Amino acid sequence: MINLEPVTRPDAPLARRNPVAKLAAALLCSVILIATLDPVAPAIAIAFELALLPLFGVRLRVLARRAMPLLVGAAGVLVTLVLFAAERSGRILVEAGPFLVTSGVLITALGLVLRMFAVALPGLIVVATTDPTDLADALVQNARLSARFAYGALAAFRLVPLLAQEWQMISMARRARGVDAGRNPLARLRLFGSTAFTLLVGAIRRGTRLAVAMDARGFDATTPRSMARRQHFGRADGLLIAGAVLLAGAALTVSVAVGTFRPLIG
Amino acid sequence: MSIQRSGPGSAVRLRGFGWRHAGRKRWAVRGLDLRIEHGERVLLLGASGAGKSTLLAALAGLLPEDSGEQEGTVEVDGRDPRTAREEVGLLFQDPETQLVMARCGDDVAFGPENRGLPAEQIWPRVDEALRRVGFRYGRDRPTAALSGGEQQRLALAGVLALRPRLLLLDEPTANLDPAGAALIRDAVAAALDADTTLLLVEHRLAEALPLVDRVVVLAPGGGVHADGTPQAVFAAHGEALAAEGVWVPGQPVPSRPATTTAGEALLTADELALPPRLASVSLTVRAGEALAVHGPNGAGKSTLALLLGGLLAPAAGRVTATAELAGGDARTPPHRWRAPALVHRIGSVFQDPEHQFVTAAVADELALGPRRTGRTEAQVRATVDALLDRLRLTALAEANPYTLSGGEARRLSVATALATAPRLLVCDEPTFGQDRRTWRELVELFAELRDNGHGLVTVTHDPEFIAALADRQVRLDHPRSTP
Repeated sequence: MINLEPVTRPDAPLARRNPVAKLAAALLCSVILIATLDPVAPAIAIAFELALLPLFGVRLRVLARRAMPLLVGAAGVLVTLVLFAAERSGRILVEAGPFLVTSGVLITALGLVLRMFAVALPGLIVVATTDPTDLADALVQNARLSARFAYGALAAFRLVPLLAQEWQMISMARRARGVDAGRNPLARLRLFGSTAFTLLVGAIRRGTRLAVAMDARGFDATTPRSMARRQHFGRADGLLIAGAVLLAGAALTVSVAVGTFRPLIG
Repeated sequence: MSIQRSGPGSAVRLRGFGWRHAGRKRWAVRGLDLRIEHGERVLLLGASGAGKSTLLAALAGLLPEDSGEQEGTVEVDGRDPRTAREEVGLLFQDPETQLVMARCGDDVAFGPENRGLPAEQIWPRVDEALRRVGFRYGRDRPTAALSGGEQQRLALAGVLALRPRLLLLDEPTANLDPAGAALIRDAVAAALDADTTLLLVEHRLAEALPLVDRVVVLAPGGGVHADGTPQAVFAAHGEALAAEGVWVPGQPVPSRPATTTAGEALLTADELALPPRLASVSLTVRAGEALAVHGPNGAGKSTLALLLGGLLAPAAGRVTATAELAGGDARTPPHRWRAPALVHRIGSVFQDPEHQFVTAAVADELALGPRRTGRTEAQVRATVDALLDRLRLTALAEANPYTLSGGEARRLSVATALATAPRLLVCDEPTFGQDRRTWRELVELFAELRDNGHGLVTVTHDPEFIAALADRQVRLDHPRSTP
């Protein structure tokens, strides 16, 4: 199950930054690092990001557990590329029957995996250090996102864990009606489809009820909305964004300087 | 601070009011003339389908003009409710779909924010609303960590923070256990001030009557059936209302104890457990016996029903069917049986009937089980017709199950379980939220099944149901509180 609860010490200096600043910093960092295909720039960026973890108040072990799907994906990418890449340049490292592992292949694969991490890590840190309510507040107050969208999404988000329970309940209810698929794969597919449809119908009904309840409390009012919780965007928040751009820029510069830079386009 | 509250008109004024939802043939409510003055506390009664919820939605201004057809007029303080929204607060049944924010204080602040109240006034209001409903936790308490009753209490605080002059409560305790319902009743009693007008829809009259000074009964065909003080209304119309399905205080319900002694064992549970949902429990279910399982919310009653119904695998202990119930299959536990074999022996009725509907028509729902167990088409036809007739669903044979009212959906879900003639029936809260008429029919039906040698397990909060039907009781306690 994907866990999105924040897991930070709330007093950590960078965790306390404005959620919009954190989000912008992460996005900029990721976008800049996508620009190169080499392993050096992302490796540098990852090293810096991990070094900054204490300032975000996140423990490495907790983050690694969060990143587990990413780690599994990275392992898959590595194996697939090493075994099946079309272009096999460079020195031969391993030759075992049909499998030929060359230095060129290994570098490309490693570069891809490192990029995956360098791009995903800032996002993971933002999620791990940000309360969803604070994020919605900041998006509305500092990024001018529509309150109707931000708080609507936030409220809908609260209902997501219910879907897993609901799926189990519907499946059991089907069994109680004498409906099961046995070993027939076609029947399984049909049962899956009809269960998903019932789940969807239920989710829509619940969503509608929530929307009506929100409107009953004036969510659809035409008066301008006020904010009970203030989010401040200060100098430190600007510096965080600038710092992220600098970090990613520095990583690229090093990669150009040592001659490993390979632009994504061109 | 006292606010001048003498508006230009009555708190509520309806003249020949009617509403038909777009795409429906039937009027949800029609021909309604009603006047409610400031500060009155009114209980709104009526059989299910009499249009109570539609009326509350209209008063809350939640029926957009393009969502249906209106007759007559509806006014709140002399204004169209759609433009008088800040006057009205509405509390719904289900706490889960009313809470918006992750933290309690933020949730109460949601309404005042929407109304554009300056930030420095919001938090004092939030604290005041939480205090008025007797909320026990701080503002930072996660809403997900509250019980159903506490969540509903929080939702009430969220409504009160808007300081409505007209408070509408739409069956606020229907989804709660008795302890949660008591919480809400106390919170409403404490929160009402002298000039708040209250309009309450509630099936549980015992809960509602201490809160109100006037009762209005809607007639099923439209208009007002009775109106006056609770004493006057129940003295004049008590029996008629009870026959229509209203839970009138002092109108007794028949008791249906077993006419024969319990027969052979059908199913036994040995130290059955599924932590953290259910602590260890052992019991035997017998033919010709109605067993009631009760206990507080969170004790694992529904989980036990699923385990006994062969729908869920236990983590510890086991469920064993006897040869009387399962013949040669008695060696395998029920949760391993194929579904068609299961429904032949154990029928399960879920708390939410809609979970169990699989087809697009009432008659098809009833035919599904018998067809799956390999009956001939003529036998299926006969079973379906008999059940439709027995449970007053014949007129709805072609209707979509999702369009049924609460009582109709409940009757259908019980009928679908009976269609395969299982020897054992396991029901989760079958009488939950039902009007008196459906309630009596269910008790009568279950009693008949029991007296014909079926085994019956009901998980229930309903003390009257237990008193009327149960031959034996098992109480479950919260897994945390049992050693």
